[in-house]
Amino acid sequence: MDTTSQPPQIGDPSTRTGQTVAAVVARFPGVVTERPSPPGEAVVSVDAAHWAEVARWLHGEGGFKFLSDLCGVDWPHRRPRFDVVCTLTDLSTPARIRVVVGVDGEPPAAPSVTGIWPGANWFEREAYDMFGIVFQGHPDLTRILMPDEWEGHPLRKDYSVGKVPVEYKHLSPGH
Amino acid sequence: MGVDQAPPPGLVGPPSEDPAHLLVRANEPRVGVGIVTGTLDRVVDWARRSSLWPATFGLACCAIEMMAAGAPRFDLARFGMEVFRASPRQSDLMIVAGRVSQKMAPVLRQIYDQMPDPKWVISMGACASCGGVFNNYALIQGVDQIVPVDMYVPGCPPRPEMLIDGILRLHDKILAGQYRERLARA
Amino acid sequence: MPDETTDKRVLTEFEERSQGAFIEEDEPTDARMTINMGPQHPSTHGVLRLVLELEGEIVRDVRPVIGYLHTGMEKECEDCTWRQAVTIVTRMDYLAPFFNELVYSLATEKLLGIEIPPRGQAIRILMTELNRISSHLVWMATQGMDMGAVSMMTYGFRERELLIDFFEMTTGLRMNHNYIMPGGVWQDLPDGWRTAVEDFLSIFPERMGEYEELLTGNPIWRQRTQGVAVINQEQALALSASGPTLRACGLAWDIRKAFPYSGIEQYDFDIPTRTEGDVFARYAVRLDEMRQSMRIVRQVLDTLPEGDYKNMDPKIAPPPRAELTRSMEAVIHHFKLVTQGYAVPPGDAYVSVESPRGELGAYVVSNGETLPYRVHVRDPSFANLQSLPTMMCDTLVADTVAAIASVDPVLGGVDR
Repeated sequence: MDTTSQPPQIGDPSTRTGQTVAAVVARFPGVVTERPSPPGEAVVSVDAAHWAEVARWLHGEGGFKFLSDLCGVDWPHRRPRFDVVCTLTDLSTPARIRVVVGVDGEPPAAPSVTGIWPGANWFEREAYDMFGIVFQGHPDLTRILMPDEWEGHPLRKDYSVGKVPVEYKHLSPGH
Repeated sequence: MGVDQAPPPGLVGPPSEDPAHLLVRANEPRVGVGIVTGTLDRVVDWARRSSLWPATFGLACCAIEMMAAGAPRFDLARFGMEVFRASPRQSDLMIVAGRVSQKMAPVLRQIYDQMPDPKWVISMGACASCGGVFNNYALIQGVDQIVPVDMYVPGCPPRPEMLIDGILRLHDKILAGQYRERLARA
Repeated sequence: MPDETTDKRVLTEFEERSQGAFIEEDEPTDARMTINMGPQHPSTHGVLRLVLELEGEIVRDVRPVIGYLHTGMEKECEDCTWRQAVTIVTRMDYLAPFFNELVYSLATEKLLGIEIPPRGQAIRILMTELNRISSHLVWMATQGMDMGAVSMMTYGFRERELLIDFFEMTTGLRMNHNYIMPGGVWQDLPDGWRTAVEDFLSIFPERMGEYEELLTGNPIWRQRTQGVAVINQEQALALSASGPTLRACGLAWDIRKAFPYSGIEQYDFDIPTRTEGDVFARYAVRLDEMRQSMRIVRQVLDTLPEGDYKNMDPKIAPPPRAELTRSMEAVIHHFKLVTQGYAVPPGDAYVSVESPRGELGAYVVSNGETLPYRVHVRDPSFANLQSLPTMMCDTLVADTVAAIASVDPVLGGVDR
C-alpha cells in the first residue's frame, strides 16, 4: 500500500488508526506501549497479564469487532520468548491495529480471546499446535494441524525443519 | 487405440510392433502355459486397461489438474476413465494427486488396502513422487514409502497431458501383464 | 459352521455383557449417530474431515477436522530466501496462486520500503482479477457437480482453460505461477496478450448467460439453495468469516475498497452484496463478482501504462541478461541475488488482499537477514470453515454438501 502519494483524509485508515493507538495507550498507561511500525500501520505491545482487559476494551470502545489474524512468533534469545500477534480490524471506518502480546512461562501461557472474538478459536489452536502456547480459557485447546499424538511444536526455532538428505546416484556411463 | 493395433511404444526398451512379443513376456514367469490361456490373459488385460476406474484421491494442486484432465478439453473419458469412483471398493486405480502429509498417510494406506486386486497406483506430481518442493517434517517424502507405485508422473503440477501420458504408459504396462508377478507374490 | 444353538448362545452372552451399556441416561430424545465424512470424500473440496453428529436426518453438531494437508509451508519459508519463498507461498491456496504471491510480496515490499512502478501494479491487478474469475469458475463447477448439475463441471473447466492458457502464456505455468514477486512481476506481458484477454472478455459474458440459464432461474437449484445453510451478519463477523460469506449477509466489506492495494482504487467497480446469507446468496454474490472482475480487467486493458514492470533497484532486481556481458557490477549483483538473495530491513508488516474466498493476509517478520524470520499467511478459508457448524447445525444432512461447497474452502490454504 503506497501511502506516501495519497494525502491524509478524514476516515483515512492511518489517521483513524493513529487516534486509536493514542486512545488505547492513554487508557492503559504503562501497560500498552506503541511499537515502531511501517507507515500506515498501528502496532502496540502488551504483556500477557493485561491482554484480556485490553482485548475487551479494543472490542468494545475501540470498535475493533473483527479479528483478522492471530499467530505466534518465536524469539528464542529474548525474554519474553513468544509473541502472540493479534491483528484486529474495525469495519466501520476501516482501521486496523496490531497487538503484540509478549508470552512467557513453562509452558508459555496467555489468556484466550475466544470469549471476545469467537473466530479466534482455530487461530489459537494453531498457535498452540505450532508453538506450544497455552491459551487459558480456550474451549477446545487441541492440536489442529499436526496429528493428535505428535510431539513437539514445529514452528519453534529449536525444532528442525526436518529435511531428509537426498541421495544423488551416479548415472551409469553412456546413459 | 484399437485392440488390433500394437500399443504405442513407450515402455523402457525397444518399441515393439508385434503383439505376440508382449504375449510371450506376459507368459514368462509361468511354465508350460499354452497359447489359449495366454490369449485369454491378453483379453483380460485389455479389458482391465480399457476401463480403469480411478478412486478420487485428489489432495492438493495436482487434484485440480486431475480434474482438468477429466474435463472436456483433455477428456479422460476417451480412455474409459471419466468415472472417478468415490468408493475404493469399486476402483482399481489410485491416482495420488498431491502432497501426502503425516496425518493423511494412514488414511491413504487404508484406502489403498480397501481397493480390490488388481490395483495400480499412479503417483502424480513431484510431492507424491518424492516430497517435491517440501522436504520437511510435515510430508511423507514420496508416497512410495507407504504404497507400491506403478507410475510416477513428475511435475508441479503436471499438465493434464502429462498425466494422460502417464496413464497411457500404465495402460501399456497392464497390457503387457507386468503386474502379474506382483499378484503371484501377494 | 455355527449352528442355531451356538448362535443363540453367543447372542445371549453378548446381551448379558451389554446390559445397560447403550442406555444414555441424559439423552431424552433419540440416540445420536456420529458419522465421519472425509478426509477422502468426493464432495469435501479437498481433504476436509467432518465429524457429524446426526439425530435422524438432522445435523446436531459438526466438528471440522483439518490438518490433512499440512505441509509445513510457514516453516519452509524460513529456510528460503525472500524471493524463493514466493514459490512456497503460491502453493497455499492453489486456486488463487496470484493472490498468495501478491499478499506476500506486498508485505515484503512494505518492509523493504520500495515502490512498484504503475505498470507493474496494473499487471498485478490484471492477473489477480483474472485469477478471481478462474477460481470462481472452479467453485461453480464443483458446487454444481456436488449438487447434481454435473454439466456445470464441464462448463466451469471449459472456461477456466481459456484463462489458464493466458496464464501459461504470461507466466509459463498453468498453476502455481511464481510470477508476482517482491519488486514487481517476474516478466513483462508477452506479445499477443491483449488479444488473448479481449477474446476472453468477448466470450465470457455469453457463457455466464448459459450458467444463469442452467442454474439461477432453475426451480430445483433454488429449492436446494435458498434458505439452506443460513448465517447472519453478527455470527459471520464474530467468527471472522470474510469474502462472499460475509457479503452474502448484507455487509459490503471488501479489502479492495477498505484497504486498497496495488493501485486498485483507480478502477471503477461495485461490491455485490445480498442479505439472505444462504447458499443462493453466496452463489449470486460470486456470480456478480465475476462480472465486476471483468469490468476491472476491461479497465486495466484500456488504461495499462507503459514503463517498468518491476522496481529496477539493482539491490533487489537482477540486471537484464545483456548487462552481464558488459558490466562487472551487474555480474556481482546477479551473483549475490541468486546465491544469497537480498536482505530485508528488520520489522514486521501485515498486509491483506481480497482473495476469492475473503481476507487473505500475510504477516511477515524480518530480523534483517536474507531469509524471512517468520511468514504467516492468514488464509480466508481457515476462518470461513469455523462458520460451518453455525451453518449446518439443525439442518438436514442432505444439505451438508451444498453448505460446504458454498463456503468454497481450499484446504491448501487452510492447512498450509
